[in-house]
Amino acid sequence: MRFSPEAYAKSIVASVQEYSLLSGRSLANIFSRPRYMADIFTQMDSIGVGSLPIVVLTGFFTGCVLALQAAVSLKEFGAVNMTGELVTLSMVKELGPVLTGLMVSGRNASGMASELGSMKVSEQIDAMRALGTDPTRKLVTPRLVATVFMLFFLTIISDACGIAGGAFVSVTLLKLNAATFFHTGYMSLEHGDVIEGLVKPIFSGFIIATIGCYYGLKTTGGTRGVGKSTTQAVVASSVIIILVDFLVTQAMIGLFGR
Amino acid sequence: MAETVVSPEMEKFIASGGPVVEFDDVSIGFEGHDVLSHVSFKVAYGETRILLGPAGGGKSVLMKLANGLIEPDSGEIRIFGRSLREMNEKEIFEMRAHVGMVFQESALFDSLNVEDNVAYRLVEEKVDPKEIRERVLEALRFVELEHVIDKFPSELSGGMRRRVSIARAIISDPDLILYDSPTGGLDPITSTTIMELVIKQRDVSHTTCLLITHRLQDAFTLATHRFNVQDKKVEKIADNGIDPSTKFLVLNEGKIVFDGTTLELTHTKDPWLREYIE
Repeated sequence: MRFSPEAYAKSIVASVQEYSLLSGRSLANIFSRPRYMADIFTQMDSIGVGSLPIVVLTGFFTGCVLALQAAVSLKEFGAVNMTGELVTLSMVKELGPVLTGLMVSGRNASGMASELGSMKVSEQIDAMRALGTDPTRKLVTPRLVATVFMLFFLTIISDACGIAGGAFVSVTLLKLNAATFFHTGYMSLEHGDVIEGLVKPIFSGFIIATIGCYYGLKTTGGTRGVGKSTTQAVVASSVIIILVDFLVTQAMIGLFGR
Repeated sequence: MAETVVSPEMEKFIASGGPVVEFDDVSIGFEGHDVLSHVSFKVAYGETRILLGPAGGGKSVLMKLANGLIEPDSGEIRIFGRSLREMNEKEIFEMRAHVGMVFQESALFDSLNVEDNVAYRLVEEKVDPKEIRERVLEALRFVELEHVIDKFPSELSGGMRRRVSIARAIISDPDLILYDSPTGGLDPITSTTIMELVIKQRDVSHTTCLLITHRLQDAFTLATHRFNVQDKKVEKIADNGIDPSTKFLVLNEGKIVFDGTTLELTHTKDPWLREYIE
């Protein structure tokens, strides 16, 4: 088939429209009945509790590496004591939210796309509609609510683990004082930093759930299509998370001045 | 299964004598390729309409159109006398409560066991759990699969999955059943079991149904056999008789090439049809 720029542009606009409609509908479903509470709790367990090990490990070791790297540069200025401040600020404002978002995206956007994609190609989505259930309400909304809610708390855990990791390296390898590490870290944080770190996972959670479900529900072409959707979901959600992170950071700098 | 309980609105519709399914000049295409082209036909109340035709002729698409799962590019589809185009999403979901559908590959929910799959619609309708259990057992008894109630779809054979799918479709005593290739990909013995269930459902509940099949043998079994309620057995209709409520619709390349009774089909002079049925 001949490549047509017009058809390509139209397909992109159609995809954006479909994605926007799906996101809008899944949000609107929160405010009307029926609500599938059992599905929300199941998803919270799968997304939140299930992602806990990778979030804890990623957060902890990121904090460790951050302390090691920071100490090398800070030593040149005789400011190794500020390692706590650097690790805490970096984890709370940027690395905690973004890395948690990316890790959960890799684990759950792929999971959602493959699960819903398999249901789509085996006609289970059509069967659900034929049995009188709206798949957006039953499948997408619970995943959206669960991801946004759990990612918020996973980010807090990741921040804490990162700071703990930084403290561990500072005390054991850099021979710094633990009290100094935590004190400088705590003193460096302002309300704006904490708000910035807690707003980002709300956006990331929304992106992970809606992108994962969107690619899952538009799957065609059998098992090969499921694989393709899964890959596309992870790539798209990861890129959009970083893009939105940039925009939110810019907005927060505008709001809080740092 | 027990005799169908007809809702008041359905009683009113039956009294009107209108067709249960009506396609009026329906066309649909995907990616520039026509799948159905100017299709028009009617299915009367209590009729069993068999859809025949080569693979890729648009039969499954027609079935999905009839349940409002996809929308036509042009033309009008009326189910129980109401145009699908004029219904909003909520009304289409309400309409589907009167329709049972058996999918080509069963489409059972992998994450639910047989009991929850069959009970799905009743759970959604918030029916009393005690009543749900009784009706699930009744539906599974109908398809002779009571013993697999706790199993998951992955633990069942293809034929069993198809039978569970039939149980799921008939549990709410629908007024219209859509069977999308219920015997597709099954061995002859299992196919016969499935066709016997379809005949049993037709003769016990007299539900209107649309059935796709690729096997002519299954289609003619449906037209020439009946369910004996006394003996609880499917048997050949005496004196080479034909079930009057069973009719045929043949589709080829998205167009209707035949719409009529079993006798009309077997006596057709159309060369393509003759070749196809022989």
